[in-house]
Parts: sequence; C-alpha cells; structure tokens
Amino acid sequence: MVPLLYFQLLSVALFGIGFYGVLARRSAVLIVLSIELMLNAVNINLIAAASYLNGTGRFAAFDGQIIAIFVITVAAAEVGLAFAIILRMYRNRGTVNVDEINLLKW
Amino acid sequence: MIRLDVFSSFFKVLLLLATAATILFSLRSEELDARLKGEYYALLLAITFGMFLMTSSTNLLMIFISLEMVSLTSYILAGFLTHNPRASEAAFKYITFGAVASGTMLFGLSLLFGMAGSGDLGQISVRLTELLASGEVAPLAVLIAITFVLAGVGYKIASVPFHMWSPDVYEGAPIPITAFLSVASKSAGFALFIRFFYSGFGNSELMQAVDWTFMLAIVSALTMVVGNLAALPQQNVKRLLAYSSIAHGGYLLMGAVLLTSEGIGAILFYLVVYLFMNLGAFYVVVLIANEEGSEMIESYRGLASRAPLVAWAMAIFLFSLTGIPPFAGFFGKWLLFAAVLEQGYYWLALVGLLSSVVSLYYYARIVKAMFLEDPGEETTQISFSTGTFALLSVFVIPTILIGFLNIFYTFSNISVSVIPMQ
Repeated sequence: MVPLLYFQLLSVALFGIGFYGVLARRSAVLIVLSIELMLNAVNINLIAAASYLNGTGRFAAFDGQIIAIFVITVAAAEVGLAFAIILRMYRNRGTVNVDEINLLKW
Repeated sequence: MIRLDVFSSFFKVLLLLATAATILFSLRSEELDARLKGEYYALLLAITFGMFLMTSSTNLLMIFISLEMVSLTSYILAGFLTHNPRASEAAFKYITFGAVASGTMLFGLSLLFGMAGSGDLGQISVRLTELLASGEVAPLAVLIAITFVLAGVGYKIASVPFHMWSPDVYEGAPIPITAFLSVASKSAGFALFIRFFYSGFGNSELMQAVDWTFMLAIVSALTMVVGNLAALPQQNVKRLLAYSSIAHGGYLLMGAVLLTSEGIGAILFYLVVYLFMNLGAFYVVVLIANEEGSEMIESYRGLASRAPLVAWAMAIFLFSLTGIPPFAGFFGKWLLFAAVLEQGYYWLALVGLLSSVVSLYYYARIVKAMFLEDPGEETTQISFSTGTFALLSVFVIPTILIGFLNIFYTFSNISVSVIPMQ
C-alpha cells in the first residue's frame, strides 16, 4: 500500500501551490480558485488519514470522511459568496484586478 | 460536539449584549439601505447563533463549521453598503484573507486528526499524550499543527501577523457592524481559543513535550506593539479604533500565555470591560457620523461646546480604553498584568506597559480635539433625544462601575473553573 506519508506530502504540495496562487495572482477570480485548491488539499489529507488510521473502538476513523464532506459544502458556499462580492466589487470599481483596488490604504 | 457549561454561558451572555447593542445602533444609523433591513437583522441573528456554537464547540468539525458560519456571515455584513466602493473592497479583502486563514486552520486540524484518529478534543488530548510519551509522534509535528490552527484563530481575534484585514474591514463596514465585529467576533474567537488550546492541549505531559505558550507570548507582544504603533498616525476614527482593537487583542493574549486560571479569569473579565467601553465608543462614532457625515477626527472638534454630555461620555470611554483609573479598563489591565507578573513573564509585562503608555497619545488626541479645539464653522448645539442619552448611559455607567462590583469577578472565576487546567 502507498504509505500515508505520500498522501500527506501530496496534500502539503497542493496546499503550497494554492497558497502561492493566492499571493501571486492578480485577478480576483484566480485568487478564489487558489483558495479552492487549498481546501481540496485539506480534503485529501482528511480522507487519507481516515482510511489509514484505526479510530476509537472497533471502527476505522471515518470521522475524516464526514469532515471532508462538510469541508466540500462549506467551500462551495464560500465560493458562491466570494463571487457575489467580486461581482459587487466589479460593479463599483470596474475591474477585478486586485492591484488597482486600493482605496483603503495605510 | 458541543458542550454546554458555565464557560460557554458566560460568553453567550456577552454575545447577546453585543447583539442587542448592535441592533439598537442599527436602528439609529443612517448609513444602511432601508430595503435590505430584513436581510440585515436576519444575518445578525444568524451570526449570533454561529458565535454561540463557537463558544461551545469541542469537536474539530464543529470548530471549523462554527468558525466558517460566523466568517461567511460577517463577510456579507462587512460589505453591506452595496454602492460604496470602499465597502466592497473591504469585503473582498476580508473574504480573501479569511478564506486563506481558515484554510490554513483546517489544514492544521486535518494534521491533528491524522495524528490522533478522532475529531473530539478530549480524545485528541488523551491520544496525543500517549503518542508523545511513546515517541511515535514527533513533538515538532504537533507544534506545527498547533501553529497552523493558531493562524485561523489568530485571524479571528486579529492578532499579528493575521491582523491585516482588520483596519480595512473596520473602515469599510457600516459602523454598527464594525462595533459588533470588534467586540463579539473577538469574544467568540477567544472562547474558541481558550477551549481549543486549554482543554485540548493544556495538560502537563503534553505541555512538557510541546511548549506552545512561548509562541503565544511572542504573538501577544507583537500584537500589542504593532496595534499601538500603527494607530498613532491615524486620522479616521474607525481605523484608529480598529488598530486599538488589535492592541487590546494583544493585551488579552497576554493572559492566555500563562497556564493558570487567574490568567484566563483575567481574560474573561477584560472581555466584559472591553465590551462596554468599545461599544460605547462606537456608539458615539455612530452619533457623530449621523450628525456630521464624517468619521475623521476633525469632525469631533469642539464637541465639548456643542454636545457636552456626549463629549464627556467619549472621554470616559477613551480613558477607560487607555487604562486610567478609576475606570473599568484600569481594573481589567490590572488583573492581566497581575496574572502575568505572578508567573514571572516580566518582559511581556514591560512590553504591555510601554504600549499602554503609547496608546494614551492617540486616545488623547481625540479628547484634545473634542475639548481643547474650537469647532469649525458650525457652532450650533447638537441636541440628542432622551433615548440616545439612555443608551449612552447603558455603556457609560458600567465603564465607571464595573471595577468596583464584585459580581463580575466572581462570574469570571466560576466560568474558568470548568476548563481543566493544572
């Protein structure tokens, strides 16, 4: 079997790519995409841990799969909300380029 | 999943007071769009429910769900002024920062789950102690997981380096929502913080292997310093109060560094005091914004001659925020500093002391504008209704009296006793 460590390394790599995307992207839509990538990396971590570990009692640690389903739901809600805010920002400022959105300064 | 005890009841009372105050402020605020009032109050009640869950949650899943429920609702409320470009920019910065922070926290929670095999905090504590004692899990792994979770919780309580959303959101959101976020969101965040870190990771064997309190001490010191220094040049009162909220989060974290019940009791007491003085200060900001239409310090000039009672009330709130006796803020800081010094963290107390001294400058700048400067062109008397003074006195009287009443200390100490600590 593939060791648990490999799944966790994959999760860390995806999380890192997502985090870099949030910092480096100029379009607001791509920033939201990178946030989604981070949340999916966490899902990989949770499901891999759930299938490898023995939880409390006689059952496998299926808590991880339950948490993963909730994370998918919350991520979907968050993305919907993020796009509503981006739409509102586009209507107010005319751009989704985050470099040009700088009314609130130091 | 959730645990109903005196600790969560304490925070629920605080949160209900904050929500009631926010609803009363919103009735008087002229910023909000009248067509959206239904959604506004529904969202306020939903966020209160989410915060109730935050204060009672003992499972990793419930921690994440309640935190996200509060966060998502507050993103909407922060961007509620739909045609204001600053509001939509503030909401966008808030959601980006918040989503990254909660994603990071979720990663930490998934690492903890991967090590312990269960979502319940009590079982995680037992299992991690066994694993650390037998050497199967490196202490560094637990420390890294805790640090990731600290990213998410630190974002909620606006501690450095996760504080960047706070000034922009406080400036762009409607004033009642700013008041609500500064008080209720911070209280619920601290409830979650204390429950997660103390009942999850507070037992002594775990602490010997993984010392996370030193990290908290550094975060606390940085938060106090950055919050107070960044507030010095501010001209917008809401932004100034945002940085002062960040600094107060730093003082509160000082009490969290110690592992004693006096430290946590000091945090709970300070949260009560902080609720009254901060909500009072924001109420005065609401009143002045309704009158003058501006949130800059210049619009407070000569307020003492134009509306003396409101000016005196604002002066009381600001001096209490600084920590000048005999107001309640002094007693709150006294308890925190006493707890810190008792445990021997002299450097942290010194940093706190110096930052409190620095904070006097920017609070006194508003007081100076109100009392010592002449008003501009308009020298008319502003008259407020009796209801306004009644609501203002609801905040002023506790600010003066809390330090002298025994009941708040007793309530804080009883609430702390349910958190298992050595």
